[in-house]
Amino acid sequence: MSNQVKIATLEAYGKALAELGKDYGFYVLDADLTKSTMTRFFKEDFPERHFNMGIAEGNMMSVAAGIATLGKPCFASTFAVFAAGRGCEQIRNSICYPNLNVKIGATHAGISVGEDGASHQAVEDLGIMRSIPNMHIIQPCDAVSTKMAVKTALENDGPFYLRLGRLTVEPVYEEGNCNFLLGKGIRLREGTDLTIITSGLMVQEVLKASEILKSEGVHCRVIDMHTIKPIDAEIIIKAARDTGRIVTVEESNILCGLGSAVAEVVSQQFPCPIKMIGIKDCFGRSGKPLELLDYYGLTAEKITSEIKSFIE
Amino acid sequence: MKSISQVQGCRSEKDIAGSNFKIKSDQFGYGLPNMTELEIKATKCRLNVIRMLQSSGHGHIGGAFSAIDIVSALYFYKMRVDPKDPQMENRDRFILSAGHKCMAQYGVLAEKGYFDKSILDTYGKLHSMIPGHPDMHKLPGIEANTGALGHGMAIAAGMAMALKLNKLNSKVYVMLGDGELAEGSNWEAVAAASKFGLDKLVVFIDNNELQISGKVVDVMDMRPVDKKFRAFGWEVLNINGNNIFDIVSALDYSDRTNGKPLMILCKTTKSKGLPMGENDPEFHFWKPSKEDLEKAGRMLSKRIESLQAGLEEVV
Repeated sequence: MSNQVKIATLEAYGKALAELGKDYGFYVLDADLTKSTMTRFFKEDFPERHFNMGIAEGNMMSVAAGIATLGKPCFASTFAVFAAGRGCEQIRNSICYPNLNVKIGATHAGISVGEDGASHQAVEDLGIMRSIPNMHIIQPCDAVSTKMAVKTALENDGPFYLRLGRLTVEPVYEEGNCNFLLGKGIRLREGTDLTIITSGLMVQEVLKASEILKSEGVHCRVIDMHTIKPIDAEIIIKAARDTGRIVTVEESNILCGLGSAVAEVVSQQFPCPIKMIGIKDCFGRSGKPLELLDYYGLTAEKITSEIKSFIE
Repeated sequence: MKSISQVQGCRSEKDIAGSNFKIKSDQFGYGLPNMTELEIKATKCRLNVIRMLQSSGHGHIGGAFSAIDIVSALYFYKMRVDPKDPQMENRDRFILSAGHKCMAQYGVLAEKGYFDKSILDTYGKLHSMIPGHPDMHKLPGIEANTGALGHGMAIAAGMAMALKLNKLNSKVYVMLGDGELAEGSNWEAVAAASKFGLDKLVVFIDNNELQISGKVVDVMDMRPVDKKFRAFGWEVLNINGNNIFDIVSALDYSDRTNGKPLMILCKTTKSKGLPMGENDPEFHFWKPSKEDLEKAGRMLSKRIESLQAGLEEVV
């Protein structure tokens, strides 16, 4: 698959909005990041349904809520750090509390933003969004699943937080061959020694790690947990039962993120050892995205060695 | 009800839009019975608030009573709404951004027939349809979940944008408290409403000059509020927000279409209609004794009687 074109999930998001704009009557707002969040594709095709709300994320969220009361969904797009930060209280009170049909396109999530550094690297957004009632969270891993995520957000009522990355990534799924269902993880590799549950651009790294581990005789089940909320308890419990050990890998703070969501299920329903790999409760640094992923232990090689020490 | 602008016929729109917009109700004899009827409605709504306080034992009476004349005039004189079809597509919308004043809106909605008045007796109780701050999914007629200050105007701006896109000519009315203007989010909405030319958006500022911890000018002086809105490209009226004639005239004027959102700065009296609490910040949130509450109820009932007597005299 490595010879296929690499594309960032935020670009796939922008293109999906434009593509789905024909069949779905929705609006798109952004906070002066039309180019960066790639809502420009939608703007080019549907200028009458796209609004630049200026650098005022909180206002954008409440305006989106007001628009959504008229019946059509409204996307609100900005960097994850501003969506979940500046827009947090509006998301909570104006959108989630009345359960309105607002879809938040949160791009530039995680440390892989790169040189912009900590001020622009959302590591806490998953924790914030997970703890707001009514919110759905999807973190797709590639272009195909991103389009499915956008479609899923449109076809299901209520608030959604789509967590998207800036770094270009290899495809995991082929067009028309992604069994994407809201709240259902996708089993990508079968294995009996342990299960790795991951999401977003960590899926590609985990798949590579699982190949390395396989060559060393460790057979991992790999699950793409694209929907982080509501979490797929069934697939987690089955993994705990079948493989007895679970590793979670996320480009997010290990506090309150995917690992926590998995642990909440496992600890209460089928306790088993868990290893959580992610950002260890610290702010990111400025650097090249790949350098940063390596520094924070989120490459296939680093993940492999963490898993080896976990199972020893 | 005949529009006041129609019966007056002596005032140009230009005059109204000027910075010194001020109507003296005593200079016009026309339409007085209508004004009295509206005043009776507002007083009945105040009685509904007293009934809610009897149920809960406490509540935000100060802001509810300063705002209730405006809210009552909106529903009984101006807004295109149908209590039997609260989700009517082309309805006008009212959003109480200062959601803690919800007893004002509940009192009016009950009087207008949105819900049975017996529900007023559930205020402050578990599972009530009329919770401590408005919830659009609990009570017909509520358009947004407000209470966290500084959200209402932005939500209303979004509604006005979507109504425009849907080619509906509905208006969106919002009420803010004057203390609420310290929330920076309001000013983001003020800028956006101007940018998008939302002339169907009408914002009332309930300028009772008091907030929970004292005088607004001492807590965070946002004056001159009218000039600030004008500087953002809004049109501004100054009225007495407890004077029905002023309110009705401003509501008539709000129908203009000029591409500018309208802000109506309403000078009001906190706890208006409750003499023992008027202009007293302690009455922002009131825990009345049984006697005080009964006394307030008796006074309001008496006021209704005397207004009705006056009405019969005129007719």
